[in-house]
Amino acid sequence: MFNVIRKLTSFAAMVAVLFVFTTETMAAKKSKTLKNTQKKGFVRCGVSQGLPGFSNADASGNWTGIDVDVCRAVAAAVLGDANKVKFTPLSAKERFTALTSGEIDILSRNTTWTLSRDADIGLTFVGVNFYDGQGFMVRKSSGITSTSQFKNGISACTNIGTTTELNMRDFFNSRGISYEPVAFEKADEVVAAYDAGRCDTYTTDKSGLAAQRTKMKNPDEHIVLPETISKEPLGPVVRQGDAVWEDIVRWSLNTMIEAEEYGITSANADSMKTSDNPAIKRLVGAEGEMGAAFGLDNDWNLRIIKQVGNYGESYKRNIADTGILPDRGPNQLWTKGGILYVPPAR
Amino acid sequence: MNNKIKRYIPQILTLLFVIGVIGFFTLNAQVNMDNRGIDFGFGFLKQESSFDVQFSLIEYSGSHSYARAYLVGLLNTLLVSFISIIFCTILGVIIGVSRLSSNFLIRNSAAWYVEFFRNIPLLLQIFFWYYAALRALPLPEKAAPWFGVTYMTIKGYYIPSFIWNNLDIFLYSILAVIICILFISTYAKKLRETSGKQIPLFFISIGLLIVLPALSFLIGGVSLDFEIPVLKKLSQTSYTYEGGIGLPPELIALVLALSLYTSTFVAECVRAGIQGVSKGQKEAAASVGLTPNQILKLVIMPQALRIIIPPTTNQYLNLTKNSSLAAAIAYPDLVLVFAGTALMQTGKAIEIVSITMLTYLSISLAIAALMNWYNKKIEIKEK
Repeated sequence: MFNVIRKLTSFAAMVAVLFVFTTETMAAKKSKTLKNTQKKGFVRCGVSQGLPGFSNADASGNWTGIDVDVCRAVAAAVLGDANKVKFTPLSAKERFTALTSGEIDILSRNTTWTLSRDADIGLTFVGVNFYDGQGFMVRKSSGITSTSQFKNGISACTNIGTTTELNMRDFFNSRGISYEPVAFEKADEVVAAYDAGRCDTYTTDKSGLAAQRTKMKNPDEHIVLPETISKEPLGPVVRQGDAVWEDIVRWSLNTMIEAEEYGITSANADSMKTSDNPAIKRLVGAEGEMGAAFGLDNDWNLRIIKQVGNYGESYKRNIADTGILPDRGPNQLWTKGGILYVPPAR
Repeated sequence: MNNKIKRYIPQILTLLFVIGVIGFFTLNAQVNMDNRGIDFGFGFLKQESSFDVQFSLIEYSGSHSYARAYLVGLLNTLLVSFISIIFCTILGVIIGVSRLSSNFLIRNSAAWYVEFFRNIPLLLQIFFWYYAALRALPLPEKAAPWFGVTYMTIKGYYIPSFIWNNLDIFLYSILAVIICILFISTYAKKLRETSGKQIPLFFISIGLLIVLPALSFLIGGVSLDFEIPVLKKLSQTSYTYEGGIGLPPELIALVLALSLYTSTFVAECVRAGIQGVSKGQKEAAASVGLTPNQILKLVIMPQALRIIIPPTTNQYLNLTKNSSLAAAIAYPDLVLVFAGTALMQTGKAIEIVSITMLTYLSISLAIAALMNWYNKKIEIKEK
């Protein structure tokens, strides 16, 4: 009798220890940010104050854009609903402080990946969702068709706190042109100043120029010059120090890009479960344990594709169909002549 | 003994509480920064800033350090505050005195001016001047000259710049004038107190101020050239001015908004000061035979100033702090250059924001000290 009780208790103790052990490793794998996000029930996402195609709110407050879609993808993966995102519009100046101070958990705001930002200020870039470069916009009537026609004394409007300010200096300095930088805090203010004739040229990332051009009084009066003066890989950023959350955001983005590579769309995702290709099956959660490492279930990537779509769908919906940049340029898959190339999900 | 303890215990507890609060915040910031791998330090000030600034009083380019960029922003803040303080004082005194005018039209216009400008938020006024008023200005090529050689355009106000030869001799002549006037005024005071004789000090001063600098031109070899701004074509349709000095429209809009807004408060201080001197003073002064000019100068103003200075000091402090709204219209002040661009490029939020706060605190304390010194000087000296 005593023996049985002792055996039972030791068994129970073992079960308890095992249970504690397993839940602890699960908890260790789950990140703090992930836990907080699941507790709150929404993903806290920092976006721009209005850049068509990237992150822009319509009259009823619905956010759209390819930067917005990254946050929606993460929400679909970790919460099961792409709409469970709280967007915080941030100026270029506020964005990093908002992220490092913990006001937001993902910064998806056309932010250039640079060494000093990645290494210095407590941030980690997780990937690139748009390959961009800085350009110049001028009035068509000025007759300027190339940056080689810029002369001493030109005034250039731009945003403060961006890589744009630094590239602009490098550009004008290397050509020995004296210029007047007029730097505003908000993009809308820059556009208004340029539109009124305060500046001769407006400089920022080319995608931004194309998007802001649509906001001008008369878009046809302005052209974007062909020269690209810098590399601007734009991508989502997370706080340093939560490796699992970093991986979740990285692989949410990668899933969208790889889904396009394998032809998986929001429409056919379910039917792809029975595909013969194991790579496709892994991307729709029908093979392997692709979510366990993040502390997520197995359908996390299927939800991203079903609710947000693949990268191509997102690009088409936000950037091509809105007339901002119909040509995908470098933002085409590597298999189709672009440079979008992501590590395999396996 | 018991009483002493009773007196000190609350003070010690309060002190401990304050230290505790500051300690908590410091520790909290430190722990969070450590967790996120952010370093704390001021070493960045020596690094190359690599961004340019639109408008600077000292030589600056991106190859200078962040410390230099800080100085650029600080000087721009001081510049806009200094100009605005002068304008708002002149305007404030005129409006304040006008409010007490016996002329119906002058009195009421002044009252309307005060009510209008002080009841609209300052930021809106800045936006108005920058986005509405100054945007209505002509493009450089269409601007008609003002006074023959200056051009008010959407890109700024272009004025001729002075090119001095032997500027030092001219400055010495000015210094000599100041020393002469000081000597003569001491002598005049002594003369008045001992013999009751008056000498026309004001006219002598003006005379000196004209004659000595003029002599420096005639004999001292001082000469002055102007560099007049010239229209320059940048492309088929865009122009700018070259040569001379270009005052950016951002500076003009900010000075306009700050001085018009603050002048209403100064005007009210002036009105209160003058009304605060009792009527009997004026009547008494008249009855001992002082002229109306002397009454104002010797009886009313010395007493009114004592009422006017302390609240006006507050307005100067407000104006200086309000100048930080410059960031909204791209005027490169301390907030835009240092707490804006430099903060973004370095990511040193805590360091830069504390430096900026300390700077504004120092500017305000310096202005307050200056005004307190002046207030001490003019207050009643009991004999």
